[in-house]
Amino acid sequence: MIKQLSVFVENKPGRLASVTEVLFKKGVNLRAFMIADAGDFGIIRMVVDKTEEAFNALRSAGFTVTLNEVLAVEVEDKPGELHRISKVLGDEGINIEYVYAFTSEKHKALIIFRVDDIAKAKAVLEKLGVLFKGKIE
Amino acid sequence: MFWSPTIERLTVNELERIQEKKLKNLVRNAYEYSPFYKKKFRELGIHPTDIQSLRDLVKLPFTKKQDLRDNYPFGMFAVPLSQIVRFHASSGTTGKPTLVGYTEDDIKVWVESLCRGLVSCGVNNEDIMQIAYGYGLFTGGLGFHYAAEKIGATALPVSAGNTERQINLMRDLGVTVIACTPSYMLYMAEFAEKMGTSLKETKLRMGIFGAEPWSEETRKRIEDKTGIIAYDVYGTSELSGPLFTECIEKNGLHIWADHFLIEVIDPKTGEQVGEGEKGELVVTTLSKEAMPLIRWRTGDITILENEKCNCGRTHPRIMRILGRSDDMLIVRGVNVFPSQIEHVLMQIPEVGDHYMIILDREENLDVMTVQVELSDKVSIDKPADILNLTKKVEERLRVVLGISAKVEIVNPGTLQRFEGKAKRVIDKRKI
Repeated sequence: MIKQLSVFVENKPGRLASVTEVLFKKGVNLRAFMIADAGDFGIIRMVVDKTEEAFNALRSAGFTVTLNEVLAVEVEDKPGELHRISKVLGDEGINIEYVYAFTSEKHKALIIFRVDDIAKAKAVLEKLGVLFKGKIE
Repeated sequence: MFWSPTIERLTVNELERIQEKKLKNLVRNAYEYSPFYKKKFRELGIHPTDIQSLRDLVKLPFTKKQDLRDNYPFGMFAVPLSQIVRFHASSGTTGKPTLVGYTEDDIKVWVESLCRGLVSCGVNNEDIMQIAYGYGLFTGGLGFHYAAEKIGATALPVSAGNTERQINLMRDLGVTVIACTPSYMLYMAEFAEKMGTSLKETKLRMGIFGAEPWSEETRKRIEDKTGIIAYDVYGTSELSGPLFTECIEKNGLHIWADHFLIEVIDPKTGEQVGEGEKGELVVTTLSKEAMPLIRWRTGDITILENEKCNCGRTHPRIMRILGRSDDMLIVRGVNVFPSQIEHVLMQIPEVGDHYMIILDREENLDVMTVQVELSDKVSIDKPADILNLTKKVEERLRVVLGISAKVEIVNPGTLQRFEGKAKRVIDKRKI
């Protein structure tokens, strides 16, 4: 399990910059980042190095920010790995709500999942030997 | 506690006797000394002798805002300027400002009325009262100032604005009572949090909030966020200024019947409505000398309550102002009061305290958009969380208003904040 930040932003020029400015000023490094857009607004999701600091800085800057735990899977950076994981989860009847991924030298490939049944998914992934238990730096 | 224990607890009969005597006097004086009323009475064929009892009140014509504008600046006065000791001008929420004048006794009655109110909600000579209403032509600041001093409390005349200084003074001086608009109080609470503090950590115990309509739900929010008790105050510059407050029962505002005679009417027909029915507040000033007003149409919508209050006061009460007859919005032919919208929003914990109402016309159809900030305390991870919230707010608005409104959830802290009277409606419709 790793910690993820979700931030509500209106879909307006400058809104993303107002979030990244807060993070930049605190020297927060982004590890993974995605925006789920929904017309008038979007939800930014990110994995960062200094989670607590980023959370507090965003909140005191007035953003609606949520800290939540998501599943992360570490796999080789090679074809078929996401397929392997998603097939197992699908076969077990676990619904994936969203997924995003990043690669780095240190972590091979990290895939972040949000699923409906976290406990079950955790067990399945652990059995498969892919559950990421490290720390994001 | 009572400021004027005897008068505040007179029987209804005794109060009516005072009112009747004062009404007859008022009409006689107005006829004799006010050029405006003399002309009006003559036109309508009314003579002071026609008014023999309180029942005759309805024979008298209404006085409207337009009358004050038409007779600007001095045409409404019933005393020579030498007897006038102060001017104020209305805050001009709607239309151009109007001038009001006061004799020395007018100021005394004003201060007396507000002292009764403040003492009825527990203000005493130990209190330090931060007066964050505007000082100047607006009556809020000076009205509270004189009443606070009269009670023997300590007035802190900080006026509106400069929020950081407000909070620092509040903390440093151990302020116990604040007087300001409810929207400014909410802003101050939010600002204190940004400063890394909370109003709960101050000695503030009570707030007297008015100058704009506000809802019971806003009261709950203020009380929850600041840990104080919030009371409502009412008054308009034409009647003098802030005059009437709730007592500790928080069940309506006491209208001092020895100085003010009130009716609640149907704004369309002008007929008095039954007790408990919603209508426009109409006030006849029984004691005012400089600018007496007969059946003054306040434009404020309320409900009259004549039942004796649990606090022991016998004077009639009005329920909190529900809106103004002139801030009523007509959207697709349906009457909508901004206070109804506030009422809905403040019941939904996922939204913040600030909102805006925007009216526009698309293809000849009125479109109402309500912008409201997302609370900064909720958990949001998926677009569906916001979409569901939007839908929930839209549904509740539709049920209460009877028409649909488009809801936009916006980032916390991005809507306009107001230090004085909040102006939350933007009407872009072109007729």
